[in-house]
Amino acid sequence: MVDKIIGKAYVLGDNIDTDQIIPAEHLVYSTSDPEELKKYGHFALSSVPQDKAGLPQGNTPFIIGDNHLSEYSVIIGGSNFGCGSSREHAPLALQVAGVKVVIAESYARIFFRNSVDGGFLVPFDSIDKLNLVIKTGDTVEVDLTTNSITNKTTGVEYKLKPLGSVYDIVKSGGLFNYARENKLI
Amino acid sequence: MGLTITEKILAKASGKKGLIPGESIWVNVDILMTHDVCGPPTIAIWKKEFADKAKVWDKDKLVIFPDHYIFTSNVHANRNVDLLRQFAKEQNLPNYYDVGTERYKGVCHIALAEEGYNVPGTVLFGTDSHTCTSGAFGMFSTGVGNTDAAYILGTGTIWEKVPESMKFTFNGKMPEYLTAKDLILHILGDITTDGATYRAMEFDGEAISRMNMYERMTLTNMAIEAGGMNGVIAVDDVTREYLRDIGVTEYDEFTSDTDANYISSYSYDVTKMEPTVAKPHSPDNRDTVRNVERTKLTKCYIGSCTGGKITDFQFAAKILYGNKVQVPTFIVPASPSVAKQLEKETFSGRTLKEIFVNAGCIVAESSCAACLGGPSDTVGRSSDGDVVISTTNRNFPGRMGSKQSEVYLASPLTVAASAITGVITDPRKFI
Ligand code: SF4
Repeated sequence: MVDKIIGKAYVLGDNIDTDQIIPAEHLVYSTSDPEELKKYGHFALSSVPQDKAGLPQGNTPFIIGDNHLSEYSVIIGGSNFGCGSSREHAPLALQVAGVKVVIAESYARIFFRNSVDGGFLVPFDSIDKLNLVIKTGDTVEVDLTTNSITNKTTGVEYKLKPLGSVYDIVKSGGLFNYARENKLI
Repeated sequence: MGLTITEKILAKASGKKGLIPGESIWVNVDILMTHDVCGPPTIAIWKKEFADKAKVWDKDKLVIFPDHYIFTSNVHANRNVDLLRQFAKEQNLPNYYDVGTERYKGVCHIALAEEGYNVPGTVLFGTDSHTCTSGAFGMFSTGVGNTDAAYILGTGTIWEKVPESMKFTFNGKMPEYLTAKDLILHILGDITTDGATYRAMEFDGEAISRMNMYERMTLTNMAIEAGGMNGVIAVDDVTREYLRDIGVTEYDEFTSDTDANYISSYSYDVTKMEPTVAKPHSPDNRDTVRNVERTKLTKCYIGSCTGGKITDFQFAAKILYGNKVQVPTFIVPASPSVAKQLEKETFSGRTLKEIFVNAGCIVAESSCAACLGGPSDTVGRSSDGDVVISTTNRNFPGRMGSKQSEVYLASPLTVAASAITGVITDPRKFI
């Protein structure tokens, strides 16, 4: 696990469900074939309604053209991020698109577990409503050792909630690594 | 301090005496269920992570139902079913229910109940968010992702956070024009889509004790729509009778202690409740049917693990009998067993299937179908500009197909009444 993540922020609203993160019709691609895997990145966040895509203005595509990599590596969400269908393809799609960390007010349980146990990305809980103060395109630095995020564009630092009991799994990079390190498997 | 039913089941599964909500525990899993969408990636992770040591922890405890994308010409979807088939053969799995054979069972959550995998007091994990459905049988059941499922597949264990419990009590006798779907949509309006996140939702009260198992499953099924970890209803005579009929006789019954701790409790008088809908685009966007009456529709849909059970079709048939539908109306039985019952059960001298066909409905083969959109050739899938009323569980943008469609969620009574008029209609007009 790295200690610091610097990247551009992509800001979303409340209740971003997994159908918006990766629409059901794209779940048919193989996750073990490297070429097909790219499709998940390509279609990441493709079902977010246009006016809510990249707040505050909206209408900001997460992926441009045929790419599977996004220019944004930090997602700032509102409450109940990742609700809906349990698909692990959701955090996977974000990871394939290059997202390293999601910061939201709260998460749906299965999305949170998937992000942590699959080692796809780090799901932090924010304390403030960060999606109202950080803008899409702002450069942010997330510090995993001090549980904080700094908006490099404005210079303001915000505290995040510590990861708590899942910190060890995040640190190991997922459930299997954690289990091997602790001789559970 | 007493314990809730959920805490008691998890204590047993983790070999602990007492538990505190919020504590992380390792539980022993009784059943792992997977399907065609999440099965192949789960198997791939399991093979990669355990490498040469990869061995299914207990073949009898793994249950696989292809049910999501099965009647399609989409090559990728068909490949997923092939992968399951191959895996079942290679591992010699006794509980694989292949599509296209006599063993095919339809939508997983209904199949789990019908095939006797829902055993009170046990712990069931599934790679599907609606796995919480099984909680209607006094057990702990919840959904997990592929990595967690792969871990269970190899070890039979998984970590879980003990949930706080919320209690929902429904007093009174259900009026004829209400179904369990109205109750759960009502709750969703009250607590919203994250009101039960990481929590257990426990249901009880007179209206619940009078409900059959299928209606109870509608309540526990949609616990996840409030973010719930699990939904649960204690075993009673209704449960015992259902289980006896399908040959399940040995199980542990747990009930919540009277001094158990609930984070919140809600109490409703069902005689004062109204037919309810969730408006686009969220299951918690509650309104009464009356308030949205005369909304013009282009499609009606009765199906899914939430609204495609035999009881849902009994409700719908009661309304559709002798009437004609004004808009395309899809009848999608959740399982082949439900489909068979449609041909056997009668209302006023006609089979339910006859009633639907005579009304002009399209009766499809049992599967998840358009409940989650799916490939473009999926039956009932919503298209641009559609306004759909559906007995399914989710109406997020694009969930049933097109992002440019609107979906109202409602009870089978309300959907049937609306099908007849072509606009959203209060079922009381037809009862
Ligand atoms: S019917 Fe719908 S909600 Fe139920 S398992 Fe299938 S896709 Fe999921």
